[in-house]
Amino acid sequence: MAVLLDKNTRLIVQGLTGREGTFHAKQAAAYGTTVVGGVTPGKGGSTHEGWPIFNSVHDAMRETGANATVIFVPPPFAADAVMEAADAGIPLAVCITEGIPTVDMLRAVTFMKGKSTRLVGPNCPGVISAGKAKAGIIPGHICKEGRIGIVSKSGTLTYEAIHQLTRQGMGQTTCIGIGGDPLIGTSHIDALKLFADDPDTEAVIMIGEIGGTAEEDAADFIKREFKKPVVGFIAGQTAPPGRRMGHAGAIIAGGKGTAAEKMAALTKAGVHVVKSPADMGAKMREVLGK
Amino acid sequence: MKIHEYQAKSVLARYGVPVPRGEVTFSADNVGDIARRLGGSVTVVKAQIHAGGRGKGGGVKLAKSPEEAQNIAKQMLGMTLVTHQTGPEGRKVGRVLVEEGLQIDRELYLSIVIDRATACPVVIASAAGGMDIEEVAESHPEQILREPIDPGTGIVPFQARKLGFGMGLGAGPTQKLVGVLTSIYKAFIETDASMIEINPLILTKGGDLLALDAKVSFDDNAMYRHPDLKELRDLEEEDPLEVEASKFSLNYIRLDGTIGCMVNGAGLAMATMDIIKLSGGEPANFLDVGGGANAEQIRNAFKILTSDKNVRAVLINIFGGILRCDVLAQGVIAAVKELGVPVPIVIRMEGTNVEEGKRLLKESGLNFTTADSMGEAANTVVALAKKA
Repeated sequence: MAVLLDKNTRLIVQGLTGREGTFHAKQAAAYGTTVVGGVTPGKGGSTHEGWPIFNSVHDAMRETGANATVIFVPPPFAADAVMEAADAGIPLAVCITEGIPTVDMLRAVTFMKGKSTRLVGPNCPGVISAGKAKAGIIPGHICKEGRIGIVSKSGTLTYEAIHQLTRQGMGQTTCIGIGGDPLIGTSHIDALKLFADDPDTEAVIMIGEIGGTAEEDAADFIKREFKKPVVGFIAGQTAPPGRRMGHAGAIIAGGKGTAAEKMAALTKAGVHVVKSPADMGAKMREVLGK
Repeated sequence: MKIHEYQAKSVLARYGVPVPRGEVTFSADNVGDIARRLGGSVTVVKAQIHAGGRGKGGGVKLAKSPEEAQNIAKQMLGMTLVTHQTGPEGRKVGRVLVEEGLQIDRELYLSIVIDRATACPVVIASAAGGMDIEEVAESHPEQILREPIDPGTGIVPFQARKLGFGMGLGAGPTQKLVGVLTSIYKAFIETDASMIEINPLILTKGGDLLALDAKVSFDDNAMYRHPDLKELRDLEEEDPLEVEASKFSLNYIRLDGTIGCMVNGAGLAMATMDIIKLSGGEPANFLDVGGGANAEQIRNAFKILTSDKNVRAVLINIFGGILRCDVLAQGVIAAVKELGVPVPIVIRMEGTNVEEGKRLLKESGLNFTTADSMGEAANTVVALAKKA
């Protein structure tokens, strides 16, 4: 088993006809994902690289039986695409787009309350279930099937974690990039809940970064009810206060959101926190005693 | 994006928030005239820099006559103002705001930010205005009121009343607060602000509410739809290298260490800074070249990195997913050949086409040091920087 994506996933790509959408749809298909079509408003009825294109997510779901969507839509239109996906009731929407205005996401997140769609992202590398399926831009060839789950705010740092695990001979169940924006659909806690219920996930690597209190909230959750071992890393231990470190959400504001606070909270909750990003894989090996 | 106080006030005034009368100027010559136009017995001269704590640093002064206002402005313009937010190097004052003096009865605090945990805007208010709000939150947390706003409805009058009565305002001022908060909230949403902070919001002896100070910053991601607000950016307030980097869409933040870093992805870039520090070095910068970096971007990044005279060695840490390592290697080789980088370069790359990338680096005849892991790369670059 894995979480979010597996062999039963039928994926559509919102923005399939764009450059990024086309490239990553092909990559996903090459990885073995069942990609069933795309959505580009106004191009419905045409085909692109052999895939049928629809005017709306509703149409695409009705015609293809899609149960997941990955969104490669430019920032000004991305929140609209997210809300359309939620309105169509697709179970999973993964939004890769970076640079969506926060006010747009505020609307989207409000719109989605009470709806059944799970949003992952935005501003994230997406989701990959090793050896099964992927939705997003995580390179498939660095992954290996196994028993570790990964949840991370970062893209390339997630690749780093995957690579370290694979090098140590430990594979992954599912890697979830939740994104570095202030407002995101799936939190660290949401991802941990999924891993808690997945019998194949034996342990989790959790990667956070400065800004907000999501890591502290996750620490509370882990302490209360998460039973599997967790290895943690927080990026930005050396970040200066008041500066936005690349990700819109990565900022120490008013002395809050520092790496030190997050590392302390996670350590207190029993998480195996590593100071060095080079030690994530080795620490997991040590924790699992293999 | 940050803006100056006078710009923030003019944006807020457009939405109906009452602000003191005043004018900004770049020269002391017309300050006397401005003060005479404002009238009244007292005017206030305020240095305009993008940092708080100006009062304590001597950046806010009262003048009892137009002549005095002019003299104060003369001293202020061109001076380097040091506050707890500027760092020891301070900021040069290039413009001053000259405002009418007001009879203050009470000083309150108001701000709107987005609360990430609840995904809602939240109004923060306090009767303890005019002070550093973080200190108030620390010493008197009971004096901080928080009111979450439903983005679907916007602020509702009862919420503003709750805050007004909560801060101990009477019925009249509380009713005025409803109008002020409604305007501020509208400004927050419509301008794509990431923060609006009014500290203090004053209650005058005459019973009026005015924004005596204002700090507004905008969401960079939304600036494409606000060309008018984008114009308010003051490049003098930013590090010249950061301004240069922003022209090439590079995410660059200058720090004060000696090891320049070039990384793809914000999280990995922060982690690279962290591991440099753990290895006993100090990062000279944060630099994220982005996921789709090409040879041109790498050349631009090198130019920025090596313009920082503190840099003694460079660490390139790239995890190639979409960005192929061979393409990266070609970009680095071309940039080094063209720019003649005078400091040692350590390259750690991993991911797509890594073998080909390593071969290209080796065969280039240039003096690169390669490393197989982040840990090894950090140790190597720190050692090289210390030798240099």
